[in-house]
Amino acid sequence: MTSTTAPDATRRDFLHIATGAVGAVGVAAAAWPFINQMNPSASVLALSSTEVDLTPVQEGQQIVVMWRSKPVFIRRRTAAEIAAAKAVKLSDLPDPLARNANLAADAPATDANREIKPEWLVLVGICTHLGCIPLDNQGDFGGYLCPCHGSEYDTAGRIRRGPAPENLYIPPYNFLNDTKIKIG
Amino acid sequence: MSGPSTYTPQTGFARWLDTRLPIMRFVHDTATTFPTPRNLNVWYTFGGILMFCLAVQILSGIVLAMHYVPNADLAFTSVDNIMRDVNYGWMLRYMHANGASMFFLAVYIHMFRGLYYGSYKAPREVLWILGVIIYLLMMATAFFGYVLPWGQMSFWGATVITNLFTSLDQIIPGVGTGIAHWLWGGFAVGDPTLNRFFSLHYLLPFVIAGVVGLHIWALHVPGNNNPLGIDVKGPQDTVSFHPYYTVKDAFYLSLFVIVFAVLVFYAPDFVGNPDNYTPANPLVTPPHIVPEWYLLPFYAMLRAIPQKLLGVLVLFGAILTLAFIPWLDTSKVRSSRFRPLMKQAFWVLVLDAILLGYLGSKEPQAVWHLGVADVPLLWVARIATLYYFAFFWVIMPVLGWIEKTKPLPDSIAKSVLGKSSATAPAE
Repeated sequence: MTSTTAPDATRRDFLHIATGAVGAVGVAAAAWPFINQMNPSASVLALSSTEVDLTPVQEGQQIVVMWRSKPVFIRRRTAAEIAAAKAVKLSDLPDPLARNANLAADAPATDANREIKPEWLVLVGICTHLGCIPLDNQGDFGGYLCPCHGSEYDTAGRIRRGPAPENLYIPPYNFLNDTKIKIG
Repeated sequence: MSGPSTYTPQTGFARWLDTRLPIMRFVHDTATTFPTPRNLNVWYTFGGILMFCLAVQILSGIVLAMHYVPNADLAFTSVDNIMRDVNYGWMLRYMHANGASMFFLAVYIHMFRGLYYGSYKAPREVLWILGVIIYLLMMATAFFGYVLPWGQMSFWGATVITNLFTSLDQIIPGVGTGIAHWLWGGFAVGDPTLNRFFSLHYLLPFVIAGVVGLHIWALHVPGNNNPLGIDVKGPQDTVSFHPYYTVKDAFYLSLFVIVFAVLVFYAPDFVGNPDNYTPANPLVTPPHIVPEWYLLPFYAMLRAIPQKLLGVLVLFGAILTLAFIPWLDTSKVRSSRFRPLMKQAFWVLVLDAILLGYLGSKEPQAVWHLGVADVPLLWVARIATLYYFAFFWVIMPVLGWIEKTKPLPDSIAKSVLGKSSATAPAE
């Protein structure tokens, strides 16, 4: 910005650009609180966890609990459902990833990678298409059918047909003892 | 057609005001003496009808906001309170809810009229694009408004529409979910979502009113198009806006209001969904989710595509396409009256839009049982979606090049006066 290299550039040009740049940064900095206020607030973010007693759940039954204002399915699978899920070839799955928060992100979607104990299937009960709640024991794959746009999941909650792109998510959870789990 | 002003102040006060704030001159020039083509038909009255609709929605909305509570625990009961206890609350709410439907009915007629008579063609491209922006704002406002009663359809409609953004996860993982959480103010649709939707629902109608101002400004520079699609050549082609079109607009507005009143007083829930009289329940999705009727064609397109991101792109693309129409139509002739092929393609588009609306209201796995074969509606929707896009991106440009148009009349005046001008030498 010296007159020797750019004869047209003046002290006034420099002041214009410098003032404009400072002004733009100031506007951006002032805009951020107005945008960020819409993000989940501290009270919403305060991590919650839910403990669930599994004793009343019979084989073939499913219960729904709330975790972080989302429904979580806890399904006690029958031997036939487990066998059906294990028999599926990985190449038949539209989404090859396990989507299991308790495993690495690139874990394959085998049935074993979809649960901690084969009998207990724990899923975030939100269709990965547009967020509806799938209905259990419906659809051609024995698992779930989303009533909104017809996505079908198998007995391991893996997407098999329809517009949903991903398997039903598995939330972080662990067994506190044989009959109690903690989600979150 | 903004020519020199013809306003002459009649009183001392008017002269005094005119040199300080020429507002009376502005009203006189834009709404009284404004030269308007003398051949405008009934379809041209919908612009005025739409201004009426916006006024009704703002007025009824402001009074409803005096009784409504934007809180997830209280919203549903506060609407119930409006319906049962607030004086005339039932009428105000039914006016507002059905007013939205009448608003969209009028805007669709207005848009199809512009499409038929080529009103988007030069020099009215900016006028048309402002209209597309108004339409987008209307859809956003209607969506926010539909969420407010916090019934089952409110809740799940909000869930499905905001989840459209999660499709961006397929481009950059996490971005779509981040946007969704930002929109919700949580990990799912909830109280913060309802609160902000109320704020935006109150704001957007005033933004619409502002863009309507620009829309009318852009209209008053070239002046109205007309059913012949030919330019105004002189004063013999026009009449003053008042009283000719103020009276014509008022007459058709009164017919429109009769239909509106029949809906409000005799079939107030005709266009509504009974599921929305059930309070929102985040644990149960209703078996059959549908948007309001005016969004159904786009909903059908979304469902017709089996891939999530592609479906969302088709949905937004269908609306965005409208903004490109001025440059997609390559024809020299504006009005479809003189375009025999375009006229047919246009009416097929109208039927296609109605068919898509019907398909959007059906369940995703539904099937038509025809005598010879079962037709899955999914495939009907795919073909209808294809025609929608083909109309704008293929048929419109190609017809402009290959179509043999009919001869245009010499002027609006000659066409309107027709034979009488031939027999009467002094026109």
